Order: sequence, then C-alpha cells, then structure tokens
Amino acid sequence: MRSSSLPISDVEIGRRAYRRTQNTRSVLVSLVSTLVFAVVIWLTVVNTPGWQSVQRSFFDLETAIAAWPRIIAGLWINIQVLFFASIGVLVLSVVIATVRTLRGPIWFPLRALAAAYTDLFRGLPLIIVLFLVGFGIPGLELFPRNSAQFWGTIALILTYSAYVSEVFRAGIEAVHPSQRLAARSLGLSHGQTMRIVVLPQAVRKVTPALMNDFVAMQKDVGLISVLGVVDAVRAAQIETAANFNFTPYVLAGLLFVLLALPMIRLTDWYTARLRAREQMGTLL
Amino acid sequence: MTEHVLRLQGVRKRFGDTEVLGGVDLTVARHEVVALIGASGSGKSTLLRCVSLLEQLDDGRIWLGDLDISDPRVAPDRVRARIGIVFQQFNLFPHLRVIDNVALASRRVLRTPRSQADAAALALLDRVGLADKAQEYPDRLSGGQQQRVAIVRAIATNPELLLLDEITSALDPELVTEVLDLVRQLSAEGTTIVMATHEMAFARDVADRVVFLDGGVIVEEGRSADVFEHPREERTRAFLSRFIGPGGSGSSVA
Ligand SMILES: Nc1ncnc2c1ncn2[C@@H]1O[C@H](COP(=O)(O)OP(=O)(O)OP(=O)(O)O)[C@@H](O)[C@H]1O
Ligand SMILES: [Mg+2]
Repeated sequence: MRSSSLPISDVEIGRRAYRRTQNTRSVLVSLVSTLVFAVVIWLTVVNTPGWQSVQRSFFDLETAIAAWPRIIAGLWINIQVLFFASIGVLVLSVVIATVRTLRGPIWFPLRALAAAYTDLFRGLPLIIVLFLVGFGIPGLELFPRNSAQFWGTIALILTYSAYVSEVFRAGIEAVHPSQRLAARSLGLSHGQTMRIVVLPQAVRKVTPALMNDFVAMQKDVGLISVLGVVDAVRAAQIETAANFNFTPYVLAGLLFVLLALPMIRLTDWYTARLRAREQMGTLL
Repeated sequence: MTEHVLRLQGVRKRFGDTEVLGGVDLTVARHEVVALIGASGSGKSTLLRCVSLLEQLDDGRIWLGDLDISDPRVAPDRVRARIGIVFQQFNLFPHLRVIDNVALASRRVLRTPRSQADAAALALLDRVGLADKAQEYPDRLSGGQQQRVAIVRAIATNPELLLLDEITSALDPELVTEVLDLVRQLSAEGTTIVMATHEMAFARDVADRVVFLDGGVIVEEGRSADVFEHPREERTRAFLSRFIGPGGSGSSVA
C-alpha cells in the first residue's frame, strides 16, 4: 500500500480498517465453502460402487505413459493445422467483412455472394463441412494434393471465416461514420480509409471476441481426426483400442486444455485491461 | 490566375423527399473569409459537405478555381486533398498519434516523403503551441487542443480553401477563444475560408462577407457590417434578433 506520503484523515483510516476486516471475512468464507464443496464431491465419487473400475480404465498412469509419444506427435499436427487455419481465417474473414461493407449497386453481386457464404457456413455443422471438403474435393481429382490434413485445414478455414468475418463486420460498423468522413475529406481513397482508419479501430474493438473464437477453433482442430489424420484425438483413439483403456483420451483432453490455457488467460487479461482503460464505477 | 477560389451555381441537394439545398449560388474570392449563418437545419453543413464532395449533388455545378469539381470525370480524392474541412466534433483518428493525424494526408495522398511530411506537421503543431503534444494520442488532449489539431490537420496539405463547420459548438466556453484565435490568425495570413458558425460576434469581426441561409436558399448576403447592422430582409432580421436583437438574451440557438 502506498499510503506513506499523503496525510489521511481519521475517517478514512477507520473506513480502511473496516474494509480490511470485511475483506478477510469474505475471503475466509469463500475459501471454506469451496473446500467443503470439493471434499464432498471427491468423497461421493470415490465411494461410488464403480469407482475402482473407472479409475483403472480412465486414469491409468502406465497407459498414459505408453500413449504419450504418439499423442504428442498427434498434437504437433493439431498445432500445425491451427497455425495455418488461423492465418487463413484472418485473411479470408477480413476480405469477406470488407466486401460486405462495400456500398453502391456495382458491388451488389460481390456483396450478395459474401452474404450467402456467411449464411451457409454459419449454418453448416463443422463435421459436415469436414466430410464434404475432406472427401468430396479430393474425389474431384482436380487437385494433385490429397492430404487429409490439408483439406481439414481448408474446412476449418471455411467454417470459422464465416463466424470471424461477422465479428469483423460488427467491428467495422461500430467505427463511427464520422471517422470515414474525416478520412475521405483528407483525400484518402476508400481503400486507404479502410486500411488506415477503419480496420485498425475495428480490430481493437473486437479483439476479445476474436480471441474467444480462436480458443473455440483450438479445440475444433481435433475434429480433423474424422478424415483419418493421425492427430492427438486419432492417436488417442488408436491407443485406446489397442489397450481397451480410455486413459489416452483423458491425456489428449488435458493436453488440449493446456494448449488453450495461455490464450484463455490472455483474453481475460486483455478484456480486463480494456475495462481498466475506461474506468468508471470501479465499485461495480 | 482566377480571382475566385470557389464558385457555386444552382446547387441543389435532396435527402429523400426533402430538398435541403434549393439552388445555391455563391462565389468566394481568394483570401476572402465568408461566414455562413442560419438556423439549425438550414443546410449549412450540407452545403459544406457538397463543396468537399462528401455528398453527391442533385443539380448545379461547383468550380474550384477553374476546375468543375461536380463533373463526375474529376477524381474526387484529388479534389478533397485541395479542400480542408474541419468538423464540429473534431473527428481526429483516436488510434493515431497527434503527429500522425496531421501528417497522414501529406504522406498518403500527396506522397510526401515521411520525414518531410513529419517535419512539416511538427512545424504546424509548433505554430499552434502543440509541439509538445505531437506524440500523444488525441484523447489525452483538451477539446480546444483537439480542435486546433483538427484545423492543423486540415491545412497540412496546403489546401486552397478551408471549410469550417461550427468548429466551436462542441467546446466549453473557455476553450472557444483559443480556437477562434487560430482562425483569426489564418484569415490574417490570407487563407480563404468558408465557415458555418453560430458565433455571431466572431463572424462579424473576422468575416469579410456574411451569407444568411434559410430553408436551403441564400436569403441575404453582403459585407458583414452591412448584414449585421442593416439587414435588408425580414427573415434575416428575425434570425439575428435571436442573438442580439431587442429583448434577445444573446444566447445561441440550440
Ligand atoms: N444524411 C442525411 N439524411 C437525411 N437528412 C439529412 C441528412 N443530412 C442532413 N439532413 C437534413 O438536412 C437538413 C439540413 O441539415 P444541415 O446539417 O445541413 O443543417 P445545418 O444548417 O448545418 O444545421 P446545424 O446548425 O444544426 O448544424 C436538416 O433538416 C437535416 O435533417
Ligand atoms: Mg451543421
């Protein structure tokens, strides 16, 4: 506490002492209730009749160690897919969002196309997109590339760009029209206005929402396993089948959580920082 | 060299069914300061936006110097860079530092090399006493400071014409003077200015000519001393009496 230099009135000293005791009490109450709750849950689960067998088939250390190398190798594939999909989503969704904000009748066909795309891919379940793209497009024998990992990445990009472009569009529309007016009045072109004035402000406004979508995609990359890619989920499935033990799934699940945690924390931190910059009514 | 900087002929603008400008004729000479006065909704802002090609005309022509800028073959971005406009709400770019706000148009539209554009921007900021704020973001500045930055941003490309749209209306009374002083200084240096304003005392003091707009048409125009002291039209008299007239409180119209 930094109370040294400034003189403090007796009233404030009294208020602070009162708040301190109140705080201590609240912390104690919540700590005790959390502990009690955890212990009750634990005792209930451990005393269920089936616990012994569940523990063996879901939380077996030896199986976990044995499955580790394969699952880690699979997770590396997930990370690669995530990396390329993120870049693809960012590029495609900014383009779609920009197209949807173009005004004037000459842009109508493009605008309609972009709108149809977002409607379609926001409605289609990702798993169906994966099947259609992952098995359908290679079936055309149009492209030399037939890697399931590649088409899985494309399917993710298609689905997530539909969501993320809507986030960007909301951000673009949240930038006040007077900003556009001011930019154009300086002689900036439509494109320059978008790039230099509107998009940077839009991105700032929607960053927390974008981070959330990234976290969602982080776990959805596991779905590419349905195309036969040996990612972490598929690796866990193989190990499970080999040992008749579900521990590899638990392990893979934990690894996905660990992968997502930094981004989740970062999102919380960024949102808190945004709030702190507009500090008003800090009591609430 | 043509003597006029700006010429409007029969300018009309409609929004939907309402005609906001009903045929405006106006000529502005080089170095002239013209004040646009008129009640709220009389079309002052619309007129300024039409001149800076931010609105499409429904009829009439506008010349900037000898160039017919209402001709659709004219590239509007080039024209806009030759006209500076300052808005009531400053409209600075909040994500750019003050110096980048000011230097933006020189860099991106005139393609001045960055170092040169920045040096010029800094010199302008220094002139208005804001050189020490160059690296700040706009929201760290007072309203009066922000509006001075907006003015400096508008003149950074050396425009032939400066349009001011009620630039003091959003300011606290004690900040109005610092902005008006800057306008006075610019007019003394020979900048050609068209300003929409509710600051009657200032208009009378600084403007060479006053144009009274009512319902989208020019009802009366003339030398400011004449219009303010001996308005010819009844509507002008009625409007002015709200500011200075008999029994008037001297307060401005909302
Ligand atoms: N984009 C628009 N769409 C529809 N109507 C508009 C638009 N802009 C202005 N108007 C209308 O045009 C008329 C003139 O507006 P304008 O802003 O030019 O008036 P003004 O003289 O600048 O008024 P003020 O002193 O309040 O700024 C008003 O009736 C307004 O409602
Ligand atoms: Mg106005």
